[in-house]
Formats: sequence, C-alpha cells, structure tokens
Amino acid sequence: MSDAAVAHEAQEEHPTSTGLNHRKILMWAFLGSECIFFGSLITTYLVYRGKSVVGPYPSEILNIPLTSISTFVLLMSSLAMVLALAGFERAASAGANEDRKRRELQKGRFWLLMTAVLGTGFLGFQAYEFIEFVHHGLGLTTNLFGTTFFVLTGFHGTHVGVGVLWLVSILVLSYFGKVKPLDVELGGLYWHFVDIVWIIIFTLIYLIPH
Amino acid sequence: MATVADVRTQERVSTGAAIWSWVTTIDHKRIGVLYFVTSLIYFIVAGFEALLIRLQLATPEGQLLDSDTYNQLFTMHGTAMVFMVAMPMAAAFFNFLIPLMIGARDVAFPRLNAFSYWTFLGGSLLMHSSFLFGQAPDGGWFGYANLTSKEYSPGLSIDFWGLGLLVLGVASVAAALNFIITIINLRAPGMTLMRMPVFVWMTFVTSFLIIFAFPAITAALIFLEFDRLFGTNFYEVAEGGDPMLWQHLFWVFGHPEVYILVLPGFGIASEILPTFSRKPIFGYSAMVFAAVSIGFLGFSVWAHHMFTTGMGTIADAAFAGSTMLIAIPTGIKMFNWVATCFGGRISFTTPMLFALGFLTTFLIGGLTGPMLAAVPLDLHFQDSYFVVGHFHYVLFGGLILALMGGVYYWFPKITGRMMDERIGKWHFWIMFAGMNLTFFPMHFVGLDGMPRRVGTYAAGMGWDFWNMFITVSAFLIGVSILVFLWNLVASYVKGVPAGNDPWDARTLEWAIPSPPPEHNFDEIPHITHRDQVWFDKYGDGHGDAAQLRKTSAAVAEPAEDSDEEHEVHMPDPSYWPLLVSAGLTIAAAGLMIHIAVSVFGVAWTIISVYAWSLEPASTPPEEH
Repeated sequence: MSDAAVAHEAQEEHPTSTGLNHRKILMWAFLGSECIFFGSLITTYLVYRGKSVVGPYPSEILNIPLTSISTFVLLMSSLAMVLALAGFERAASAGANEDRKRRELQKGRFWLLMTAVLGTGFLGFQAYEFIEFVHHGLGLTTNLFGTTFFVLTGFHGTHVGVGVLWLVSILVLSYFGKVKPLDVELGGLYWHFVDIVWIIIFTLIYLIPH
Repeated sequence: MATVADVRTQERVSTGAAIWSWVTTIDHKRIGVLYFVTSLIYFIVAGFEALLIRLQLATPEGQLLDSDTYNQLFTMHGTAMVFMVAMPMAAAFFNFLIPLMIGARDVAFPRLNAFSYWTFLGGSLLMHSSFLFGQAPDGGWFGYANLTSKEYSPGLSIDFWGLGLLVLGVASVAAALNFIITIINLRAPGMTLMRMPVFVWMTFVTSFLIIFAFPAITAALIFLEFDRLFGTNFYEVAEGGDPMLWQHLFWVFGHPEVYILVLPGFGIASEILPTFSRKPIFGYSAMVFAAVSIGFLGFSVWAHHMFTTGMGTIADAAFAGSTMLIAIPTGIKMFNWVATCFGGRISFTTPMLFALGFLTTFLIGGLTGPMLAAVPLDLHFQDSYFVVGHFHYVLFGGLILALMGGVYYWFPKITGRMMDERIGKWHFWIMFAGMNLTFFPMHFVGLDGMPRRVGTYAAGMGWDFWNMFITVSAFLIGVSILVFLWNLVASYVKGVPAGNDPWDARTLEWAIPSPPPEHNFDEIPHITHRDQVWFDKYGDGHGDAAQLRKTSAAVAEPAEDSDEEHEVHMPDPSYWPLLVSAGLTIAAAGLMIHIAVSVFGVAWTIISVYAWSLEPASTPPEEH
C-alpha cells in the first residue's frame, strides 16, 4: 500500500486496540457461531443416518456424479472470490495511477460477477436435485433421510443465496464508488465459510458409503 | 408572558422529540436503560406468575388454577425469568457499563446494539402475546419433545414459544457479538486484557458462551418448528426420530446458559466487594482464569440434566465427573471473594449487603450442585422440589441478589442520584429473608418426594405445612420487590445528588460525571493500573500519585478534536435497527398466521437491512 492510501485509511478508520478492523473480527466471531449451527445440523444428520423406516434411502437416490460437478462449481467460485478480492485490493493500492486502478477494478468486478454466477449455478444444481428427489418420491416429510437432508442442504443453500445477494450488492455498489477492499474481503470470508461447510456436507452425505 | 408560552411550546415539542430520541437512540447508556426497564417489567410479570403458582400450591388439592393454566404459568415463569429478565437485565449492565469501564465512547456497533434491544422486545412481545389468545406456552421452559409435538400440543402455544425464542436468540447473539468486539477492540490505551475490571472479563466470557451456545438451541427450535409447521420427522418416534435429540441439543445450550446467567452476577459482585472492602480484588488473575475455565467446562456437562434417560453408566460417570470439576474454579472464585473481604475495612452499604447476600446464598446453591451431580443421588432428586430449591438458590441467590446490588451500586452513576440507603436496607433484609424462607424448605419437600411441575398434591403427604410456609414466604419476596420499586421511583425523583464518585470507587466510570455525558469521556483516559481510579486518587502506596498522574497524562493521546468546545463526534441516531427487528418479528409471527405474512416480513427485513447498510453511520463533521 502506498503512503497516501495508508494515510487515507488511517483517517477513515478509528484506531482499535488490536489494530484489526471491528467488522473483520465481527465476521470471524459470527462465523464461529455459525460453526455450531451447522455443527448441530450435521450432527443431527449423522445421528439419524440409516434410521429411516421407509425409503427412498440415500443409496438409491443420491446422484454422486452430478453433485460432484456442482461441488466443483462451488469450489471454483471460491477461486473467483480470491481473484475478485485481489482485483479490488490492487485497485486500492494503485495510488495515482488511474489507468491501472481502473483496470484492476474491472478485473475485481469481473471475478465478483463470476463468483455470483458460479454460486447461482450451484443453486441451480441444488434446485434440480431437489426436484429430482421429489419426483423419485423423497420429500421433506417422507422419512428421516428426507427430513435431515432437505433441512441441512436447504439451510446451506439459503446461506449460498444470501451470499449471492451480498456479492451482487457489492458489485452494484462498486459502480457508485462505495466499495472498499474490506467490504469485498468480508463478503469473501462468508463465501469461503459457506464453501467449506459444503465440503463437509458433500463428504459426509455423498462420499461416505451408506 | 410570551417567553413562558415559548418555553411551554418548546417543552411540548421536546416531549415528542424525546420519545423519538429514545426510539432512534443508539447510545449504549440509553439502550442499557431500555433493557433495564423492560426486564424489570417482565420481572414483575413473571414474579406475579410465581405468586399465582404458590397460591395454588399453598394447600393440598388447590382449586385456584386448573391444570392447563398452571402449566402455562410455570412455563412462562421459567421462560420469562431466564430469557426476558435475567439475560436482558444483565445486558442492561453490559450496555451501560462496558464502554465506560474500558474507556470507550460507545460499543463497536451502536446500531447493531439498538437492533439487539428491539429484537429482544419483539421476540418477548411475540411470546407474551400468546396470553391474548389464551394459548400461552405450556410445555415447560425446557420444552421436551415429544410433549411439544403437534399431536400432544395442538394449537399455537408451542409455536408462540418456539418462534419467540428464535427471535430472542437472534437478539442475544447480536448483542454478544457486539460486546466481544467492543471488549477486544475499544479498550483505552494502556487497558490491557489483564487490567480490565473483572466485570468486563465476565461479560467477555458470557458473550462467548452466548455465541457458541445459542446456535444449538436455534437448530433444535428450527427442528421443532419444522416438525410442527411442515410435518418433518425430527422428533417423530414412529418415523425413527428420537426425542432424546431435543434433550441433547437443548442442554448443550441449556447448561452453558446457566453460566450465561450467573457469570454477570459474579462480575457485579467482583466490583462491589473490593470497593466496600477498601482492597483490590484478591487473586485477580485466578478470578479471570477461573471464569474462563468455567466457560470451557460449561460445554462439557450438559448431559447431567439427563441422568434418568438411560444413557448408560459410562456417559453418566463422565458427565458426573466433568460436572464436579466445575466446583474447582467456582470454589476458587468463592475463596477469592472471601479473601477480598478478609482484613478489609468493610462498610455495610446496601450494595455491599446484596453482594454478601449473594456470597452466602450462592454458596448454598453451589453446595447442592455436586449433590445433584452425583448420579445415584440425582436419580432420586430428579424432578423433585429439591432441584427447584437448588436452581432458585443459584439463580435468585446468585444472580438476582447480585443484580439488585448492581442496581444500588450504579444507580447514582446512571441517574445522578443516590438510592435511599435506609429503604435499601429494608429491601435487602426482607428479600434475603424471603428468598431463604421460600427456597430452603423446597429442599425438604423435595427430599420428601414432592414432584415439581405438578399443580396439585394430595393431603396427608406431610407436605402441607411446608407448602403453606413457602407460599407465605414467597409473598415476602413480593413485598421486597414493592419496597424496591418504591425506592427506585422515589430515589429517581428526589434522591440525594450523587456526584461523580459517591462510593470512592475504583473503575473508570466513577471518574466522569453522573449521569455521564453522551460521549462518556472528554478525553480518552490512559490506563496504567488495574484499579485506575483508585490509583489516580491514592497512588499505589509508593511515589507521589499526582506526579505519576501527570506523567501518564503526558503520554495520553491528544483529544480527537482540539477546538475549544471540545466537541466529540458521535454517530447519528437511526430508526432502521427498529425496522429490521420489526420485520424479523413479523416474519416469525407470520408462520403462525399465513406464509404470505412471513414473506412480507422477510421482504421488510431485507429492505430495512439495505437501508441500514447504505445509511452513513454519521453525517460528516462539516455539516454540523
């Protein structure tokens, strides 16, 4: 960061005891709390694994190749997220070099859009999967598998949806010059967290044989 | 005269403006007062419910209440006392005191703080509105599955409870996050972690417990509401579901919740005892580490609430062991409090009496703790009045007495007036006698086999005398509350002006005017010692205090604004937090009415969240 940018930041942000930004610690603490929430949902899934008294059972219905693709899509969105943040950060540290600043900002916006698109793609896969399951006779209330599966992946999907909304909001606001790298970073922290949760869910629900 | 009329109009205008200023306030001190007044109202409501319960139980075969009403009363008494009295009243103290004690001008997120209060209000009103429909929650504050299933609890009573608690959970977690960041990040220069007042440490630990405990009950309540509203199978035995899942998730939250309730009491006592013993707190770091280890251990003991569910001997033994382990850090705190008083020049003011009352009754409640942790004994105590006696000693003796002491201690700082000492002592002695006479005999009838949560009992069980005795004593507590309310109002109106530091106290809030100005500190203090204000007044025993003060002032940061009015720039008021809370409450209530109402509530929430995040936190200085 150039000296001018540092001075600019220092003027805007009040000094803190740790030197860390309030909102950044808030996001980490919030994600810590979310760990327990998803931990409870995942544990419930595991406790009820194999306890359904009627079918369809997971082994009959889970489409592992399809979900592998959607998992890949979500993981790639994390890569896009990293590139988006890098773009915004480079733009902020470009200093007086207006040309470079604009170029980096454009890159950042492009990757931010890609993250949102890939996230939406993941949601599309999930919607397709849910509809397929219902066609195969597995609904929310069919059995314990349906109950725990739909509630767990549904809450995860809701988190992805909130993330998409958030990223798109950052993207739009960036055209009004209201977005600082930290705003992108906070959205990114949330996004990576939701991704990591999906890796755990994918492993536990799909990959471990029933 | 024109001038008088002018003043009158101005006053009338400013009444409306005053209400608006409370609605839109983001000042931590005002939010603290809002929390306090609201929780006090719920305290009276829930206390009234307790008295009705006692009237019913005064004689065998009581006829006052039918069993449905009785179930509603004990459920709402417990739920309200935990979530709408104890937690928010502690939050009132957190709000008012934490920024003052660490030398900050506000919490880290003032608007989020307002959001926490309004969401708490929304959730508690949602739950209490059930009384209007005659469908008050009746499944106990623990809401065990599958008593709470649609099959056994048709109607909306459990939904009012579950959805209300979900909204309250959002409020608690938001507030706890706020305090964590505030304490981590807004300490005055020199206020290292190990120089923070013990009360700040207790708030810190409590807040961590809240953010890690509440998600578990949130998940459990979501399962419950999905079962009830959408017909899922989480707690449906016929579909392979297990009601034990509820108990585990509930108590994974529920036991840390006990420490969430009592640690603020520890903190308040740890501030009062040293001040009136004229000694620094004994074993400061041991106090801190004991609290932290209580926080950790608190997550490993939940199944001691479930010894009678047949978990097996290994699980029983493990949870009994971890539970008894908690007696060690708690014992450390006990000895440190006693050692703080030991050899001190004790002055028996009202706050000190309450703190000493806290010590003794909490000790009794603490001693029955290991008894209940012993599995063979617990199998007999389970569901008896012995347990009721135990946790009322801990929560009334441990928390309410400490909170009352806190009110007497900080009332001068909050209002600028002293509370009446003479009435205060009457209040203490009536309450202290009342609570001991009420809750101690509960151990006797409990050991004698009287079950809790049952609205009547047969004559000739040998419980008649003690039940009448308990009921009469409970009314003594009621009288003490009336004395307290009288003292509160009278002192607010015509109490003796307090001055900055009526107790000759130790922590930073006593170095500023009472009530504190909106921006708290004209100049952010520079901290060099644990009991900074005592140090500023008396030095640390060696060296000239005034001289030292001068040196520390020289290294203090220059004030942010150096104009002669010394104006400090504070964030602007906002009504968006209120609107977000309202949206959330509507969304939750909608689930009981029609899904369209929920969608409306969610949309309202989303719009308000956008408006909130796009609203600048404060207008730029040049516009002033």
